[in-house]
Amino acid sequence: MILQCTVNGQAIRREVEPGLSLLDALREWGFTGTKQGCGVGECGACTVLLDGVPTNACLTLAVWAEGKAVRTIEGEAASGTLSPVQQAYLEAGAVQCGFCTPGLVMTTTAFVEKHRGRAPEAPEISREAIRTAHAGHLCRCTGYDTIVTAVELALGKSVSPETREGDVLRPGGKAATSCPHSKD
Amino acid sequence: MFAIERYQKAESVAQAVGMLAADPFARAIAGGTDVLVRLRDGHLDYANLVDIHALSELTGISLEDGALSVGAGTTFTALMESPLVTAHAPLLAQAAARVAGPQIRNVATVGGNLCNGSVCADSAPPLLVLEALLEFAGPEGTRRAPLRGFHLGPGKVALGRAEILTAIRVPVAPGRDFGAAYEKYAMRRAMDITTIGCAAAVRFDGQAVAELRLAYSVAAPLPVRCPAAEAAAMGQPFTMATLEAVARAVEADVTPRTSWRASKEFRMHIIREMARRVITQAAARAGRSPA
Repeated sequence: MILQCTVNGQAIRREVEPGLSLLDALREWGFTGTKQGCGVGECGACTVLLDGVPTNACLTLAVWAEGKAVRTIEGEAASGTLSPVQQAYLEAGAVQCGFCTPGLVMTTTAFVEKHRGRAPEAPEISREAIRTAHAGHLCRCTGYDTIVTAVELALGKSVSPETREGDVLRPGGKAATSCPHSKD
Repeated sequence: MFAIERYQKAESVAQAVGMLAADPFARAIAGGTDVLVRLRDGHLDYANLVDIHALSELTGISLEDGALSVGAGTTFTALMESPLVTAHAPLLAQAAARVAGPQIRNVATVGGNLCNGSVCADSAPPLLVLEALLEFAGPEGTRRAPLRGFHLGPGKVALGRAEILTAIRVPVAPGRDFGAAYEKYAMRRAMDITTIGCAAAVRFDGQAVAELRLAYSVAAPLPVRCPAAEAAAMGQPFTMATLEAVARAVEADVTPRTSWRASKEFRMHIIREMARRVITQAAARAGRSPA
């Protein structure tokens, strides 16, 4: 069957088998930032945005993406500049091995877009609410606290020094704005 | 790759029924969060699929004739975000919020949660205490049947092979003297299978209990209402003593078993304690607290 959709804004038209998962399809097409952790919808490592909705790609048939806009982690750092969400994860020290990170960043990206403009003290963006919204993700490295802080930073909430782990901020209070692995 | 041998996409409920009727091995797939996991586990009973994923005829929530009608293809997220559900059956939104996690809730459907016959379905106890009516489309036409009686045993429901559950109808809560609540006891606060799920609905006549409806998941081989516990509260003043009587009487209504999640004795303890807490919560929604 022919599948037509967009991935990170790019039009895709491919022949797919009905049994192909969106996760396997994306990885076959070169979007290997989306990871398989469990393959059964329990870890969130495969999370992508499907028309803006966080979805486990491992439990999505590729054919269900017909006519939809898929967003993966590859679409987030445009021309080498980290998105504000990615930047926040960096500043909060929320990335260790990085395996769970692409999925988490996609969920956070949708969460931040949904709650744009909310007052910082609003219950919908409390640390508790952030945990609930990100509950579909497992992380074996960080203990989750830095991830919650990253989401708060991405939301524009000011975060007290006590809730940050170690010295994740460079002197002057701002971390680098380009990808640390780029050549400049 | 999922081991799908035959795949047919249905463009309508009628077409889906026709496809199921024509092929004795075909099964419907909606949200896919149970079916695809079963396929990945190697169960080939779902190798032949009729796809009703996101079929617009099956989504949609409306109020008609004093009842809330919820399309069987409604996702748990849609239930949580529906102003109609929040206004007229807030219990359903409360239960929906406890299912799995956000990504699963974004695609998993309340119809699938019932039709897969899961004993631990989070939608079952709330819909049992709301006395939901199910609507089906099949080769012989449409039919309605109460949810009570739909579950036959673990993984088994009274659904014809070529039938599709199309909608779930819930009578609208009759106002200030009625309250309902659902609690899910599980090891984690998200992404966990229910150990015991409990729903309660109470209708008051002054300070007396006019009617108690109590239902559990995972307390028996199917989700159950509790006639003995309900009888212990009927007509009684709403007091701690009545709650204790219900907690004692419920033992006759349930047959919890020992599993790796919890022993039968622990489940019975949870069942009793949840009866007290969930009935109290339901009563609070009707503005009453136990004397």
